[in-house]
Amino acid sequence: MNLMMLLEMAASGLGDRVAVTCGDESLTYAELFAAAGTAAEEFKKSNCKHIALLDVSSLAIPIALFGSAWAGIPYVPLNYRLTGSELEALLTRIDPAYLITDGERSGKLAHFPGIQSIARENYLGCVLRKPFAGEPSWSMDADEIAILLFTSGTTGAPKAAVIRHKHLVSYILGSVEFAAAASEDAVLVCVPPYHIAGTAAIVSSVYAGRRIVQLPSFSAEAWLDLARKEKVTNAFLVPTMLARIIDSLEGAASADLPHLRAISYGGGKMPQSVIERAMKLFPTTDFTNAYGLTETSSTITVLGPEDHRMAAQSDQPEIRRRLTSVGRALPAVEIQIRDEEGNVLGPNQRGEIYVRGEQVSGEYLGRTSTVDKEGWFPTRDAGSVDAEGYVFLEGRADDVIVRGGENMSPGEIEDVLLEHESVSDAAVVGIPDEQWGEAVAAVIVLKANRKVSVEELQEWVKKHLRSSRVPQCIEFRDELPYNETGKLLRRVVRAELSGVKA
Amino acid sequence: MAQLKAGSRLRSAVCATEVMVIAAPAGQDVQVTCGGIAMIAPNETPSADASMAPDASKGTVLGKRYVDQASTLELLCTKPGAGSLGLGGELLTLKEAKALPSSD
Repeated sequence: MNLMMLLEMAASGLGDRVAVTCGDESLTYAELFAAAGTAAEEFKKSNCKHIALLDVSSLAIPIALFGSAWAGIPYVPLNYRLTGSELEALLTRIDPAYLITDGERSGKLAHFPGIQSIARENYLGCVLRKPFAGEPSWSMDADEIAILLFTSGTTGAPKAAVIRHKHLVSYILGSVEFAAAASEDAVLVCVPPYHIAGTAAIVSSVYAGRRIVQLPSFSAEAWLDLARKEKVTNAFLVPTMLARIIDSLEGAASADLPHLRAISYGGGKMPQSVIERAMKLFPTTDFTNAYGLTETSSTITVLGPEDHRMAAQSDQPEIRRRLTSVGRALPAVEIQIRDEEGNVLGPNQRGEIYVRGEQVSGEYLGRTSTVDKEGWFPTRDAGSVDAEGYVFLEGRADDVIVRGGENMSPGEIEDVLLEHESVSDAAVVGIPDEQWGEAVAAVIVLKANRKVSVEELQEWVKKHLRSSRVPQCIEFRDELPYNETGKLLRRVVRAELSGVKA
Repeated sequence: MAQLKAGSRLRSAVCATEVMVIAAPAGQDVQVTCGGIAMIAPNETPSADASMAPDASKGTVLGKRYVDQASTLELLCTKPGAGSLGLGGELLTLKEAKALPSSD
C-alpha cells in the first residue's frame, strides 16, 4: 500500500478532472500526478530524510504530500505559527530535511544546519515546469512512514505521531468510494496543512475525485466569498470557524449558499447553540460531525446529517442531546470505554475512550507503541457511549476534575452553563484546593448585552447537576483561549484561575 | 496457490487488470484468477502461452470492489483490464458501493 496508488487511480480514471484549485491556479489529477513524480525525483536527489512543509495551503501541499509518498520519504507538515525557538527545536529533530516554505522563511533558514530550504514559488516553478519523464514506481511496503505530524503539545513538548501508509490507505478505503464525487463537486479546505484533517481531506478528496478548493488564510468573509465564487458543495470546519461564519451572518435569514450540500466539522467541541443556529442559517446543507485524532489517521466516529435532523426535531432530551454527540464509529472502527483499571464499561458510563482499527497508528517516533496487544489505542479522551452507540466526548482524560475523591468531567458542567440564556461560551477546570484537593472553577463569556451574577450561575448549575458540580469560583472574560484549530487551551485557563485563587 | 493478506497486490497474466486485496480468507490457500488464469505477483512475468478464457472476459472496472459469494475475499481494482476476476472457478461479483459515512 502507498498513498500514490490512490492518486494513480484518480489520474488514470479522472485524469482531466480538476484536482485542486488555489486562487486562480488549478491542477488536474494528471498534472498533480506528473508534478508528484517530478517532486519525488527532486526529493530523492536531495538525500534528505524528511520532506518538511512550513507554509499555508497552496498547490505545493498536495504535490509535496504525494511526491514524498512516491519518493518513500516521510512528509512532515509543520505548524507555521510556531515561534523561532519552538520551530528550531522541531527542525533539529528532523534533519536532514528538505523544507518547502514561504520566501521570507526560506531566506532566514537558508543556513540552518541540516535544512535545505526552498521557497514555495521556486519549488512550484521547478516541479510544474519540468515534465515528468521517469517511470511511475514507488515502494508498496505498507509499513513505511507516510507522515510525521507533531501533535499540538497542549500538555507538553510536541510528540511526532507516526502515520504509516497502511493507516492512511486503510482509512481512505474504509470511508471513501473511488470516484464517488460528481464532476461539479468541490470541497473547501481551510484547515491548516499541519492538521490531520487538512491532510486527510486531500487524500480522501483525491480518491473521491472531488475538487479541492484551498483557502490559505481563514476569515469568515473570505470563506463565504470563496464558497460562493467556486460554488463549493462540501466544506470542513473546526467549531470556532463555524461560529465566526455564523456571527458574520448576524441578521441574515440564510447563508445564501445554494450549492453547499454538506458541512462537516470536528477538531473541538461544538457548542449546541452554534450548531443549532448553523442548521437554521444553512437550511439546505447537511451537517456531519467527525471525531478523530492524529493518531487514528483522522475520523473514527461520525454524526451524520440524518442524526442531526432527528436530534434537532426531537422533543426527547436524550435524542436532542445527540446534537452534542460525535456520532457512531465508522464501519471499520471499534470503540470501547474503559475505567482507570482498564475494565470495559457499559452504556452511558464515563471513562476513557479506546479505539481499534486498521487506520489506528497510536505510535510516536522514538517511543514504544501505545497500542495494546489486542490493538486497542487509549485516546486520552474521556467520554461515554450511549445504548445506541453514540459517543459523547467529555474532554481530555487529564482534564477530569477530582474533587474530594469524586471524578467529574468539565464537559458536563460546561454543557449546563452553555444552556443558560446569557452564556455564550464556558470553560470549566479544576484548580488546587486545600480542602478538596481540587475545586471546580469556571470562566464565562457572556452574550452581547447580557448580564448575570455569579450566584445566579451557581444556582443554575446546582439546579441541573449535583451541588458538588457547582463552580466555587466563576470569572468573566471577553473570550476563551483557543488554539488555531479550535481546541480550548484548558491549561491556560487553569493557570490563570489557579493564580487568582491560590 | 498462496495465502493472501490485506494489502497484497496481484496482476492478471492475460490482461491489464491489477488488484489489491482488501480482505482474504485467513490461513487458507486461495487461487485468484483473472480471465480464467491464475493471477501473478506484480513483479512476475506472465507465461507467453496464457490466454483468456472466453467465459471470464467481461472486464474489470477501476476503483470497483469485487467479492466472492461467501464474502471471504474482497479485491479492489487498481488497474482495469479485459478479464473477469474469479476464485476457485467462481466468478467474483461487483460489490455494491455502500453509502459510506463521509466526513472530509
